[in-house]
Amino acid sequence: MDRATFETRLFGVLRWVVIAILVVVTLFPFYYMVLLSIRPIETVLANPGDLWAGPAEWTVSTYREVLGSVSSGGQGFVGLIGNTLLVATSATVLTLLISLPGSYAVSRLQFVGRRQVHFLFLAIYLFPAILLAIPLFTVFTRLGLRGSLFGLIIVYIAQTIPVSVYMLRNYLTTIPVSLEEAAAVDGYSRLQTLRKVILPLAAPAVMANALYVFMIAWNEYLFALLFLVENRGNWTVSLGLAQLSGGIEVSKTVLMAGSVVLTLPIVIIFFATERLLTEGLTAGADKG
Amino acid sequence: MVATEQRPAAPQRRRRPGRQLTRAQRENRAGLAYLSPTFLVVLVVVVVPILWTILLAFQRLRLINIRRSGLFGDFTLRNFEYVFTSPGFWSSLWTTLVYTIGGTAFSIIFGLIAALALRKRFPGRTLVRASVLLPYVAPVVAVTFVWEIMLSPQFGVTNDWGQRFLGWDRPIAFLSQREYTLWGVDVPLALITVIVFEAWRYFPFAFLFILARLQAVPRDLEEAAVVDGAAPTQLFRHILLPQLGAVIALLSVLRFIMTFNKFDDVWLLTGGGAGTQVASVRVYEFLTSRLDIGAAAAQGLVLAAALIVLLALYLKFFAPRVEEEA
Repeated sequence: MDRATFETRLFGVLRWVVIAILVVVTLFPFYYMVLLSIRPIETVLANPGDLWAGPAEWTVSTYREVLGSVSSGGQGFVGLIGNTLLVATSATVLTLLISLPGSYAVSRLQFVGRRQVHFLFLAIYLFPAILLAIPLFTVFTRLGLRGSLFGLIIVYIAQTIPVSVYMLRNYLTTIPVSLEEAAAVDGYSRLQTLRKVILPLAAPAVMANALYVFMIAWNEYLFALLFLVENRGNWTVSLGLAQLSGGIEVSKTVLMAGSVVLTLPIVIIFFATERLLTEGLTAGADKG
Repeated sequence: MVATEQRPAAPQRRRRPGRQLTRAQRENRAGLAYLSPTFLVVLVVVVVPILWTILLAFQRLRLINIRRSGLFGDFTLRNFEYVFTSPGFWSSLWTTLVYTIGGTAFSIIFGLIAALALRKRFPGRTLVRASVLLPYVAPVVAVTFVWEIMLSPQFGVTNDWGQRFLGWDRPIAFLSQREYTLWGVDVPLALITVIVFEAWRYFPFAFLFILARLQAVPRDLEEAAVVDGAAPTQLFRHILLPQLGAVIALLSVLRFIMTFNKFDDVWLLTGGGAGTQVASVRVYEFLTSRLDIGAAAAQGLVLAAALIVLLALYLKFFAPRVEEEA
């Protein structure tokens, strides 16, 4: 058997081993999260190594505690979900409203400073988010925006706009210019062309972008912690969950139920739109 | 931006000499107008705060007196003096570097392996690919909590199985033990654990980009090599790897920057304890527990400066090679 045959067989087997390991390593923590959230804390403490729980053992009391209102002894996560939805949706809509014309300009129009835009965006990532947090913390304290969801939305827009412009630009450059010229001949203004010709054609990219921004805003923790921690009524789910872990009287299974509540919407969105998202994110990357 | 104003309009736009100027001008105006909302947000929420941080770093400011103080106060270098001489500064910079290099390298290596394994089609590939991406898209708070509980010495599955099947004589506190003696060598246990977490959470990012690039590699090259009897390792070394050079270099820079500035992962896993105090956690502690805005800004600037120096070194030594490949 020569080297090529031997290696082909070896890697043919190894490939499946790697795939199996990958699936276990990535999915196990999520399985464990769900498992713990439906087991009573006593059985977890008694048998921490059990990786299976029959339906007889299942409980929903953890979820009742997480989602129940504060007045009824729960943690009031329903309200937090509302806050997070509001923040994430507003950030998504506003980011797209701002980045769509921006990316159109970068992809199609010749203007002064066009080539410098990328440097500006890259520079944003050179500075740690925590560095931005210091002056924003100070300004928001002064303006009374600290503790408000509005302040948080503005920060999320700024955090996601560079990637959003970049993703949309990559897609817009693939739309033929001739379509726009045809629209111009038909008497469309530039803004009309953008709305009636470009937007429908770029729908998949816009959708992928929206999901991306929504996920970032839904998952974000640092700024929520810095700005909202003193105002319990405005907490997001991430922040509420992190604060929950500080409480000694909260059992770990309740914490896991909270984690499931936080993760589930993202997982659903992700699996429903995986192809759209991954193609949107890596558009242009395959060109080297 | 000022420097480009003398630059002539793009030549391909010059069609009719008479109308060329007004048309270019109109396009210029439209371009700036369309970009202005983006620019405004970035300016107000990113650029101005960064510039302001630089000012803050040179003033002795505490959160209590921030309401009364103006933009320009008494400038001093005392914050930097304080930051450089406070205990743990150099060790935290070192920790940040180890954490960043480890997290970057492992996430890219695992991402590459995963991309190679999932390259060819097989039944259920879409589903496997989607689940591999889960660690990257899931909320950081939720995944750090699962890891914390999995690794917990009291009720975590890792320690239970380790003691039952691997013969560990006592539970290992992965996230709160600074040093662990393994075969007579002291290893920084908590730091390694957060690096492993970083690799787990971000290898999907590398995977995604490498897989996209792999699928764009022309098939005929590889087929020709196979006909010539090349083994898979030779194929990888001589055909795939040269094609992947540019994307791996790009990923290295991206992941290095992001990991270097990372805060939430370490903060949520260890709170910066047990030898995992990376520089961004220090900034946060200056800001929130000591309410010392000046010192926090100075520490943050030192972090950004260190990153810029490291990137400049990287670009100086690696950039020409990258350009050749790209």
